[in-house]
Amino acid sequence: MSKQERDPLTGQLTTGHEWDGIKELRTPIPNWWLITFVVTWVFAIGYLVLYPSFATTKDYARGLLGWSSTKELAEATGRARDQQSAWRTQLLATPLEKIEANEELRRFAMAGGQAAFNENCAGCHGVGAGGQIGQFPSLIDDDWLWGGKVTDIHATIRHGIRDGGDETRLSAMPAFGEILKPEEIAATADFVLSLSDRSRDATRASLPGAALYETNCAACHGAKGEGSRDGGAPRLDDAIWLYGSSREAVIRQVADPKMGQMPAWQSRLDEATIRMLTVYVHTLGGGEK
Amino acid sequence: MGAATLQEGRGDAIPGYDEQIVRWFVLATIVWALIGLAAGLFIALQLTFPSLNFSEYATFGRLRPIHVSGVVLAFAGNALFATSLYVVQRTCHVGLWGGRQLSMLVFFGYQLFLILAMTGYPLGITQSKEYAEPEWYADLLLLAVWLVYLTIYTGTLARRREPHIYVANWFYLAFIITVAVLHIVNNLAMPVSFVGTKSYSQFAGVQDALIQWWYGHNMIGFFLTAGFIGMMYYFVPKQAERPIYSYRLSIVHFWALIFLYIWAGPHHLHYSALPDWAQTLGAAFSIMLWIPSWGGMINGIMTLSGAWGKLRTDPILRFLVVAVAFYGMATFEGPLMSIKAVNALSHYTDWTVGHVHSGALGWVAFMVFGAIYYLVPRLWRAPLWSHRLVEWHFWIATIAIVLYITAMWVAGIAQGLMWRAYDQFGFLQYSFADSVAMLHPYYLVRALGGLLYLIGAVLMTINVVMTIRDSKAGRRESVPTEQGGADPSLQSALAAKR
Repeated sequence: MSKQERDPLTGQLTTGHEWDGIKELRTPIPNWWLITFVVTWVFAIGYLVLYPSFATTKDYARGLLGWSSTKELAEATGRARDQQSAWRTQLLATPLEKIEANEELRRFAMAGGQAAFNENCAGCHGVGAGGQIGQFPSLIDDDWLWGGKVTDIHATIRHGIRDGGDETRLSAMPAFGEILKPEEIAATADFVLSLSDRSRDATRASLPGAALYETNCAACHGAKGEGSRDGGAPRLDDAIWLYGSSREAVIRQVADPKMGQMPAWQSRLDEATIRMLTVYVHTLGGGEK
Repeated sequence: MGAATLQEGRGDAIPGYDEQIVRWFVLATIVWALIGLAAGLFIALQLTFPSLNFSEYATFGRLRPIHVSGVVLAFAGNALFATSLYVVQRTCHVGLWGGRQLSMLVFFGYQLFLILAMTGYPLGITQSKEYAEPEWYADLLLLAVWLVYLTIYTGTLARRREPHIYVANWFYLAFIITVAVLHIVNNLAMPVSFVGTKSYSQFAGVQDALIQWWYGHNMIGFFLTAGFIGMMYYFVPKQAERPIYSYRLSIVHFWALIFLYIWAGPHHLHYSALPDWAQTLGAAFSIMLWIPSWGGMINGIMTLSGAWGKLRTDPILRFLVVAVAFYGMATFEGPLMSIKAVNALSHYTDWTVGHVHSGALGWVAFMVFGAIYYLVPRLWRAPLWSHRLVEWHFWIATIAIVLYITAMWVAGIAQGLMWRAYDQFGFLQYSFADSVAMLHPYYLVRALGGLLYLIGAVLMTINVVMTIRDSKAGRRESVPTEQGGADPSLQSALAAKR
């Protein structure tokens, strides 16, 4: 069994063992393999000496460089903060209405606002702030539920919508499904849909839902559907429908209204970031004065 | 001689060798390959077209473990059973210890474990640990099956009729023992109730994470590497009909690989709550692991010294050798990605997915395909139905891998760069959603790669089924063991029978 032979193709001797016809050559280990193996050991040991490596039950070796991931993070965020601190200070010192007039400050706020928006707001309002029909309002039109001036937007971001707290934006529409009969709700919905149809301005008053609207809706939404930003009653005459524009969707919204929520960001973001967001959202929505 | 003797009986043609159990495991390997690869294609499409997540039982999160378990535990696992039980008999020159009943217990026990595990995933039954998703009841069954497997294997080694243990068996044994240890420790858990499925792990928080990735990385290291190197050490020299390149290299790289792999797990937890010192340690061991891994690659590829020409004409040998080449590529990429500066770019991106698949599609599955094409004609004693189909399988699968991994490289590096891109003021330039939208075309290419790979596996299935049909119809004129020159152990066994 253990008879060494010379392999005719490579000239190497075999070990003399054989299993199921498989033999092994006595080829020496390639030098480059051994050398590279040693190099990786040297590299690895150097790595272990320079960086935190071994630990006991009480402490760990810090490594010659004194590096730690916590320190690295603190340094990186510190550098970023230093780079931005002059701008942030200026942002806090400038009255809200004046920020956009300062071109350089506006550019800084737009860049920071976009980053903060992508990180915190885009999940609902979408990247680019187009909103999602049926759920979250678009912020790139000039239709504002709670006001479109910088100060309005700033307050909405800080205190949120229906998020508790004394200053949060708060409004509630009754569920008319429990108040009106189904045919009355349908008639009201038809009237509401006509408010944004200019061709029906003359004939609208004769619709069966006109009186119902007058009694139940006009107090908040206005006689002509112009809405009320102070009370948080959406406009009904602009053909912008957050929860859908079909007759069924409007009937559903009258009978059992959906009302959105937004977190109060003042507890999560610093004031400078909120101001950047304000400028960003205000500019996207046309910059109402 | 030969043919006539070989044909008698459907059982063991060679006295004392249990080939029936190997046949069963080969067939299971093929069935699970189709299931695991189809699941992979479907979840790749779910990522590309999210509307395919149509039901709570069929969301990406619940189907992904079916793909992972289907490919790792089921496809690669059955292939390891099939080849290890074949190789240990052939290289020890003795039949399996414990007899047919015991090996059948392993077969049916393992398939039952796989079915128990994979039927749980769509229902949300999971430990949420990668590669260790099965809950306690399936884990206990697997443990029992595995210990029987270990006993059969060591029992067979102990009564071998060869003076030395062949290198393939060192690797197979290291795989079986280490997987047992990994499985026991990572699955230490207390069931909430013995009639319920839920259990809680012995470990919590970052310790749980560290144990999990010690387990996870060594499932790659021992299940998908050591076991498959064992496979390589038998099938490459057999198919190439050449001696192993270097006996010394096999000793050195075996011990280096076994010793170093077990420490490398923490590199999965870079930039996490794991203490810095443990992260450094994991990275250092991963870097030292590079060259031992390449020792295996050299011994596999250089075994072809003097016989390179065979690659042109033999697609089965090409499967085996390209597998080893992908092994070399993946084991260079791995240590590279374990360096923290590189990991800072690659972590949490699709680069990792690409890396895993260059190993899984390129190394693991190609090795299995080569082994199946080698085994089927010998186990069923009929020539392979079509060599042309093997050629087609090889090229379709190779193109599939190239599409898959290049798409994931580009996607992963783009993700990493987008996540760390800052503008002139130091603000993040992209949102996370931007980076998700960017992925769509790459995910499409990846899914195409997955489709091609599945088509390749279907071609192999057809080839195997037709070969078995030929065998049953008695078309067994040329038995490959004779065709491929002398097969001494086979001849000595036959001579002994006469």
